[in-house]
Amino acid sequence: MAEKTVHLRIRRQDGPDTASYWQEFKVPYTPGMNVITCLEEIRKNPVTTGGNAVAPVVWECSCLEEVCGACSARINGTPQQACSALVEQFSQPITLEPLDTFPVVRDLMVDREVMFENLMRVKAWVPIDGTHDLGPGPRQSGKEQTWMYVLSRCMTCGCCTDACPQVNVRNEFIGPAILNQVRLFNGHPTGKMHASARLQAIMGPGGIVECGNAQNCVKVCPKEIPLTQSISELGRQTLAEGIKTFFQKPDVEM
Amino acid sequence: MSEKRIIVVGGGLAGLMNVITACELGYKCDLVSYVAVRRSHSVCAQGGINGAVNTMGEGDSPEFHFDDTVYGGDFLANQPMVRDMCYDAPKTIYLLDRMGVTFNRTNEGLLDFRRFGGTLFNRTAFAGATTGQQLIYGLDEQVRKYEAEGLVRKFEHHSFQGLILDEANNCRGITMTDTQSMETSSLLADAVSICTGGIGAIWGQTTNSTICTGSAASRCYQQGVWYANGEFIQIHPTAIPGTDKCRLISESVRGEGGRVWVPKNPDETRAGIDIPEGDRYYFLEEKYPAYGNLVPRDIASRELFDVCVNQNLGVGGGWKVYLDVTHIPEATLRAKLAGVLEIYEKFAGEDPYHNPMMVFPAMHYTMGGLYIGYGKETNKKDELPANWDHYKHMSNINGLFVGGESDYQYHGGNRLGANSLLSCLWAGRVLGPEMAKYIENSDLPELSDTKVQGFVTEQDEAFARVRQMDGKLNPHHLQDELNREMTKHCSVVRYNKDLEKLDELVDDLLVRWESCGLSDIGLNTNQEIVFMRELRDRLILTKAIVRGAIKRDESRGAHFKPDFDKRDDENWLKTTVAKYDGKRNPEFSYEDVDISLIKPRLRSYATASHGGQESKDEK
Repeated sequence: MAEKTVHLRIRRQDGPDTASYWQEFKVPYTPGMNVITCLEEIRKNPVTTGGNAVAPVVWECSCLEEVCGACSARINGTPQQACSALVEQFSQPITLEPLDTFPVVRDLMVDREVMFENLMRVKAWVPIDGTHDLGPGPRQSGKEQTWMYVLSRCMTCGCCTDACPQVNVRNEFIGPAILNQVRLFNGHPTGKMHASARLQAIMGPGGIVECGNAQNCVKVCPKEIPLTQSISELGRQTLAEGIKTFFQKPDVEM
Repeated sequence: MSEKRIIVVGGGLAGLMNVITACELGYKCDLVSYVAVRRSHSVCAQGGINGAVNTMGEGDSPEFHFDDTVYGGDFLANQPMVRDMCYDAPKTIYLLDRMGVTFNRTNEGLLDFRRFGGTLFNRTAFAGATTGQQLIYGLDEQVRKYEAEGLVRKFEHHSFQGLILDEANNCRGITMTDTQSMETSSLLADAVSICTGGIGAIWGQTTNSTICTGSAASRCYQQGVWYANGEFIQIHPTAIPGTDKCRLISESVRGEGGRVWVPKNPDETRAGIDIPEGDRYYFLEEKYPAYGNLVPRDIASRELFDVCVNQNLGVGGGWKVYLDVTHIPEATLRAKLAGVLEIYEKFAGEDPYHNPMMVFPAMHYTMGGLYIGYGKETNKKDELPANWDHYKHMSNINGLFVGGESDYQYHGGNRLGANSLLSCLWAGRVLGPEMAKYIENSDLPELSDTKVQGFVTEQDEAFARVRQMDGKLNPHHLQDELNREMTKHCSVVRYNKDLEKLDELVDDLLVRWESCGLSDIGLNTNQEIVFMRELRDRLILTKAIVRGAIKRDESRGAHFKPDFDKRDDENWLKTTVAKYDGKRNPEFSYEDVDISLIKPRLRSYATASHGGQESKDEK
């Protein structure tokens, strides 16, 4: 692509409760540019294609290398990280919109607090006895580490949750990312001791039963985490938990 | 005794560990962070964390780790606390292991360790090539547990504005701005820690995240916290050159066998993969037979710089060298380096499994930082509070603690790779108990609401003044200029005349700052006002760094002046201490370094340094 400029169409919104509106910008092109570089160019000269001086676009970013999960946005309709959205990969004008499933704070910045609240709900941690010295942790095989490592790369970016049709205003579904964390902690030797509590947390409304198998999540995950595999595995675990607790009280103390 | 509450500013490895150890002691924590803490810059760390666990049975020990660290730092670090850190390192790694960090494993299921720069031992535990990410997630999860128990209040999307100091200059809290509502408020606690990380935004061409603004450190400095060894800036040898960011290619790539080279022929036109061995110049391996590609970062960066800039041997005549992993089995690369190779593929657009990568040095880390008083003799006793040597990691202000990259304590003139994750976690482990001890033993005067409100009002007024800025200049252009000049003149190679011009430029930028205009005056998530204020903070801190570099006429660690190219222990084995003069400039004084445990010796990686026993035939 030998364009001298990059043409962007951005859906803006001044606040959580105001109407959204479109603005277009053209910024100078440099090779290897990504969408965030474009946004940085806009703030150096925040003038629309119509010639109006406006406030620069507001967006969230941090690492610029796809490990922090901050810069999620819908780019030409698909939820992804803006930092790795290299301009050459897109047809122009490049359309930028905030993620759809989270409340807008301003422009491209959304509020993903619900994901962190849900991590708390499902007790997504390994409960340790304390920071005092207890020697090494339990041994784990390389094979175990390999699959757990992949799951542990989830950066809570929200793309899977945005792509999922079951996460919407009518449904409290916690979404694929949170379910994936349950599988991760239930797989850890210490975490496993408290699997019951996590499974109970996802067996109610908004839990695993809400997954409709659309499989959008795996398609958009920037870290290629096998989310549907995790959900499927949890289906098995929650079934076993359900049978077990049919006859005895669930073990939820943690 | 005061309330059992502390404030931690910064939610990276140091801050989160600080919260955990404080909560364990029953303290409530207010955690303030620019972003959701899980997204802190610590996620970018790739290669691993050092600890002499000796899984490899090589005879490694914390004593060797200690020596490697002090030697790697060119003897500028105060030694007792460095020793404590190295001796504790295995316990820190085990703790993170128990928290569920997905470290790589050996055949027997133990933690695997690899080699890193500046040592001959395999003492770096790692989780693929994204270790920082897994470590911070482990801590983030533990903090969430304490949050669920009601011990932690998080103030994410908040920007630290300043310290609240009482009449006796004790730190009693902070002011902070909600970067979405734009409201400024106060938080009170009798102990505050600053764990706000790096300052890469001063250079722009950096491996740092965009949130490493330098603003918090600068505000503390502007309020009287001393800034130490500011001139010691680590330039990482291998980063992908870029306009928005120089993305890090971890040292662990070399740890796993990656080789640095340039074509022997400066007019070479063949693609890297097509150049045969005989036509390649493996310049690090040839010059440093013992350490090869794993010489410490300051040395590697100088060599890369020299090969490209002075010898004109860079790839295609540009400022790039090859970092080659094509000879390493793909299975090994996928198991141990996938995360970082993925970054190269996504952002440089080439397949590193089949083509040598192209890299160049970039600003990466600050060894310097806010001052810590504990653990050494000091000629500055008269200027320090009475308690200065009672509490580890306390700054020169009573009740204000510092940890992580924000402090200056552990890495001397140059940091060894994989020692930063260690020093951040170690600082966090120390901070909780020390802040608790401080609170339990302190009898602090009453703090009036009026006094507190005064600090908030001061910030409100500064905010309002900035909101009225309507000059013609765009602050992002000033930022670009600062970045360009700092990268050119305050990086790998330094000359006094260039640094003097740079200092004048910063003065000029401070004047031009007054003529900037805001392109956004709204009160919802106004990033422009925040940027405008932070830019000024950066300029003030830059003066402390640049003027410190001008004064230090020697070469030590990462600070290299061709005009003074030897280390000069007689005149310069001391810590640079910068104190803000209240207007614009730093005032310098110097403090002796505690070298009581390891005697300084010549630092040369031409031969192996084995815990002080030089070995000429080591390979």
